[in-house]
Amino acid sequence: MANKYFAPSVPQVDQVGVDERARRFASRSIKTSAKELGLKMTVSMMDLTTLEGKDTRGKVHMLCQKARTPMVEGDCPSVAAVCVYPPFISYAKKCLEGSGVQVAAVSTYFPSGHATLEARLEETRKAVGEGADEIDMVISRGAFLSGEYGKVYDEIAASVEAAGDAHLKVIFETGELETYDKVRLASQIGIDAGAHFIKTSTGKVSPAATMPVTLVMLETVRDHYMKTGKMVGIKPAGGIRKAKQALHYLAMVKETLGDAWLSADWFRFGASSLLNDVLMQMNKVQTGHYQSDRYFTIS
Amino acid sequence: MSELQKNGARELLFGDLWEYAPAPESRGHINLAESYGHFINGEFIKEGDEFTSVSPSTEETLSTLHIADDAMVDRAVKAARDAYDNVWSKMPGRERAKYIYRIARMIQEKSRELAVIESMDGGKPIRESRDVDIPLAAAHFFYYAGWADKLEYTFPASSVSSIGVVGQIIPWNFPLLMMAWKLAPALATGNTIVIKPAETTPLTAMKLAEIIQEAGLPPGVVNIVNGYGKTGAAIVNHPDINKVAFTGSTEVGKIIQRSIAGTDKRLTLELGGKGANIIFEDAAIDQAVEGVINGIYFNQGHVCCAGSRLLVQESVHDEVVRKLNHRIQTLIVGDPLDKNTDIGAINSREQLSKIQELVQSGEQEGAVRFATQCKLPDKGYFFPPTFFTDVSPSHRIAQEEIFGPVLSVMTFRTPEEAAAKANNTPYGLSAGIWSDKGSKLFKMAQLMRAGVVWGNTYNKFDPGSPFGGYKESGFGREGGLHGLLPYLEVK
Repeated sequence: MANKYFAPSVPQVDQVGVDERARRFASRSIKTSAKELGLKMTVSMMDLTTLEGKDTRGKVHMLCQKARTPMVEGDCPSVAAVCVYPPFISYAKKCLEGSGVQVAAVSTYFPSGHATLEARLEETRKAVGEGADEIDMVISRGAFLSGEYGKVYDEIAASVEAAGDAHLKVIFETGELETYDKVRLASQIGIDAGAHFIKTSTGKVSPAATMPVTLVMLETVRDHYMKTGKMVGIKPAGGIRKAKQALHYLAMVKETLGDAWLSADWFRFGASSLLNDVLMQMNKVQTGHYQSDRYFTIS
Repeated sequence: MSELQKNGARELLFGDLWEYAPAPESRGHINLAESYGHFINGEFIKEGDEFTSVSPSTEETLSTLHIADDAMVDRAVKAARDAYDNVWSKMPGRERAKYIYRIARMIQEKSRELAVIESMDGGKPIRESRDVDIPLAAAHFFYYAGWADKLEYTFPASSVSSIGVVGQIIPWNFPLLMMAWKLAPALATGNTIVIKPAETTPLTAMKLAEIIQEAGLPPGVVNIVNGYGKTGAAIVNHPDINKVAFTGSTEVGKIIQRSIAGTDKRLTLELGGKGANIIFEDAAIDQAVEGVINGIYFNQGHVCCAGSRLLVQESVHDEVVRKLNHRIQTLIVGDPLDKNTDIGAINSREQLSKIQELVQSGEQEGAVRFATQCKLPDKGYFFPPTFFTDVSPSHRIAQEEIFGPVLSVMTFRTPEEAAAKANNTPYGLSAGIWSDKGSKLFKMAQLMRAGVVWGNTYNKFDPGSPFGGYKESGFGREGGLHGLLPYLEVK
């Protein structure tokens, strides 16, 4: 079968070089005022997430309350969004009313994506209909790995259309793509197809987000911006559990894309357990003392 | 940049939205004496005219030292000769190895203190002294400790023995590391040593003297004398020195070679360089740019094998220049003790003037200058990371070794042209080749007239790998099996 879609030509990626560069960011020492601001940015860029089979309204309610007011006392912004499965969209919407926190829904038969395109698009349209502000879709990794790049491009483009006014984040599940060359190619296809955000992982596959993978995506976004002037957002998700890791990701954004991307409009963390570690560190910066985890509410 | 504006693209803003707060490494645990003497026959001798070692980042005086005159050098050589004749040359290799190993361990134990002193005295960022200089110095001692009892297996069908007393003179760019490069193979092969550290960076050498003393190395095996060029000349010209090893400028290397002509002294020289990085259009461009940055701005460009020339295939020239310019905007120049500093202080006022003079000549000769826009500290000797485009091989900045954070960018069209341009220099120390195509990488490596060729990386060092130059970059190899040869008599 002839494939009419011509995959974009992307630069080579040298794995050793990317790993080495990513390690450099992880050696940045973020202290005092920089740490405090960095931690606040981290919270404000967070998609607080629950994506489990055992999710209930009770769990979503708990999560939304934490998203509004991460820390009861002290100076802390609310998170960027909560990320849930589609059945909880309308309930999360209600819980978050007036807070400014967005509701993001995973869609297109998350996490595997194994369903007909029509069914996946229908799920997306329904999610938007129920009020989702943001849609996190998954690509068909099987199609991508077997070289059907046109199919992947088409499904992303169709999902962008189905999402309408909602922002679309495209999950590549980079842990399944394995090589940085593939990550670079997937990122470019996603961007070309109109994604607002490109996202590393579902959180269901290990490894999830890593700094080198995220760096390859940042570089793709940067090169696209330099060529076209169009900004695209990036969301590493899964595997970022410690405040220190998050600060190193921010250093990587700052030094690769510059100040313009240091905002929840263009950079997000997909995480669940990260928040309390950030709060613990924030509390330490603000009070000078570490508190036991019993002082931080669970979500 | 006009090309970019034509395409309607935008610039990236590397501003102050989120600035890193100072994160200085503590100086609290540093134990620096007000003055240091020469280390001769296992003792510190405070005699001779005084000079001071100044921190290039704060311009404060760190310690006072003494200049060794001819008589003091003679004393050191006599101590070395005694130790050679009576102790060190007679000691079995496996016993020598224990001392060398002990020195390596003690460097590791004191690595934090050594790193901080190296950064204070020489101006290099703590990230580099902590992660590169000190660990590599220890690694060299470990590596050569392993050779000490295996010398008879080094060169098949021959027997080897030590040479005698060696005189060594080392530069200021990697003070402790260069000392390790010189001492470790000489000790392993059973020679005794008189060594002179550079006058701007003697402090880690004096710390190493303390370690050597504490390690119980027999007195006189390693002798350290301080001073300027005149002290170095006294070592080189001393009649009882059997071998001279020098790392430094090509100019001084030539003086040394002339002055020992006609004697039976052996000589190895590790001199200047004007290394070329070659980026082909099929390279992984982002990683190549990062490698070029590492190649020229590592240690403020005070690296003899620095990739100070960049040859870019014309088809990717604009992209590479744009990325280089973005990248240098995020380099942090400042306090060498700050853990986030990428570029520290220029080693001395003289070196800073030399860099400024050459950069001026680049501008006058019509090259286009790009530089980091960051603010430099008010005090100390600093120079912003700089590169020039539109450089041609006949520019001074393409020919002379600047030994500072200044890169000259040129273009080429074909692999043959790249090789011709890379080799078009009196030097021949290092080269870097960037291509995702393995066959091209190996073919280019064959064509390089340089002692070290890196493929898709740069400035990687390992004690097991020989290092040294072609042409006016010197002769003799340091590191690896080959690094033993200059210190051995082979029968």
